[in-house]
Amino acid sequence: MSKKEIKLLMDQSKKGRKSINLPEIGVKKSDLPDKKFLRSELILPEISQLDLIRYFTNLSSLNYSIDTNFYPLGSCTMKYNPKINEQIASYEGYAKSHPNQTEENIQGSLKIIFELQEELGEITGLPGVSLAPLAGAQGEYAGLLIAREYQKINVMNEKSVALIPDSAHGTNPASASMAGLESVTVKTTKEGDIDIDDLRSKANEKTSVLMLTLPSTLGLFERNILEITEIVHKAGGLVYADGANLNALLGITRFGDLGIDICHSNLHKTFSTPHGGGGPGSGPVMVTKQLSKYLPSPHIIKENSKYKIVSPENSIGRINGFFGSFGIILRAYVYIRSLGIEGLKEISENAIINANYIQEKLKGHYDLASSRHCMHETVLSANKQKLNGVKALDIAKKLLDEGFHAPTMYFPLIVEEALMIEPTETESKETIDDFIETMIKISSLASNDPEKITSAPKNLPVGRLDEAQAARNPILTWKQ
Amino acid sequence: MMEIPNELSYSKDHEWVKIEGNIATIGITYHASDSLGDVVYVDVITSRDNLNQFDKFGEIESVKAVSDLYLPLGGKIMEINEDLNNNPQYINDDCYNKGWIIKLEVNNLDEMKNLLNAEEYKKNLE
Repeated sequence: MSKKEIKLLMDQSKKGRKSINLPEIGVKKSDLPDKKFLRSELILPEISQLDLIRYFTNLSSLNYSIDTNFYPLGSCTMKYNPKINEQIASYEGYAKSHPNQTEENIQGSLKIIFELQEELGEITGLPGVSLAPLAGAQGEYAGLLIAREYQKINVMNEKSVALIPDSAHGTNPASASMAGLESVTVKTTKEGDIDIDDLRSKANEKTSVLMLTLPSTLGLFERNILEITEIVHKAGGLVYADGANLNALLGITRFGDLGIDICHSNLHKTFSTPHGGGGPGSGPVMVTKQLSKYLPSPHIIKENSKYKIVSPENSIGRINGFFGSFGIILRAYVYIRSLGIEGLKEISENAIINANYIQEKLKGHYDLASSRHCMHETVLSANKQKLNGVKALDIAKKLLDEGFHAPTMYFPLIVEEALMIEPTETESKETIDDFIETMIKISSLASNDPEKITSAPKNLPVGRLDEAQAARNPILTWKQ
Repeated sequence: MMEIPNELSYSKDHEWVKIEGNIATIGITYHASDSLGDVVYVDVITSRDNLNQFDKFGEIESVKAVSDLYLPLGGKIMEINEDLNNNPQYINDDCYNKGWIIKLEVNNLDEMKNLLNAEEYKKNLE
């Protein structure tokens, strides 16, 4: 990676320089429209073709991805995306099919959707599946709308509250608010479980749903899950599981078997479809048989060995234009089919072993958010390092210098100076050891030579950026 | 270094209060501003209604997270520190003076009994 900063195109611009010389125009020039319809000046870079090509080629070489380096970004499940997924997704029959084609014309694509619906239903134990949601947060929102619709029709008293543990994903209260629910926070105990007494005192006839991230953002399995679902059901509410962390549970346990009524899953995390550049994602929603008539449309069913597009009886309606992110659905389908049931279970087992290996090796060097065995991710705290002026942010910056992506930091909010590390199952022991060694080196630098860390990064095209200034006074357009 | 001025009162939610007559000046503590990191935005509700002790009165956004602000005492918001609009860093640099957030007309000074003194607040942090 070049250390040199790449100058913006506008800064490279030289008046009169061109990327291509066009031949003389053979027709008569016409005048520009009236001035009042024109912008006063349109500033465009003037640059040669070679400089332009170098600009974009050099920029592209700065890309950091799972295909170039280790990406221990907690909660984001940055695992390897097998290339066979890409290969099959590029087959013309799939890549060029159009959602407005007639039903009999896209039976192959509908079959993929139907079979993935069935597979996700089996994996989560919640048989009503819709692949329509385009991202995790949309799956979450669809899940809440399903709960609201069910309660509107079947439950007499007003349901207005979403109970949300303080260790939940940040999207949960946002989705609840969009679904017209008031968020009430449930506390977490020191051991990292939901505070059962606090839950009992807050679960009542107003409770619409409990939104539970399982495993929690502390990377822990909720040990009282059966008691929790029972408390909420007795109060007349439903339990929604945020399945963003499903990578820890494949083939080990199923949301439906734990008393959970609704969940979502991120195909772009657990089922290895590319993400990290802002999409496209896919966040299917899964529900109990009882709730399946409220699923979003379109829904795919199989009848007389034909695949049909239907709208469920009490559907909450469409949540986007077509069938969801079909290219992503297809990749997830290929992934599940190439691994099989046993393979899926091994994924979670290896993800859990890798995270625990890191936790065990680093526990003497960093504080742990919890001393319990973790699931697929571990949460460290830089509280010890902070005594020497080295914060989680500084450690993250130093890791960039060492060729690693930074872990998720300052999340979950209930852990001070949090560093959330998720190695996933796809990394080799050598890569993980390399990361551990670097983390240990950083921790010892924090005691002996903290300046080395607080001044990082040094090896990147730009040094420490003023993030606060960028947030306070963002400059969003190029100015001379 | 933990700055906790002796003359102020504190809430468990890390707000400080200075009482002058029946007017309370309110901000967040050094511990809070240090944990939040660089503050980029402060948003106080514009309501001039009577609010209860520990009601939410706004949000504070830092480079790390958005957190709720809670009233340490009940009353009416009389004044908002407009300087914070352009200088949110006052909360990091000088949380007990230039970084004050609101002035409140207090309903009932008896509610002070639900707050902590400097010594108790310090203990609460440990």
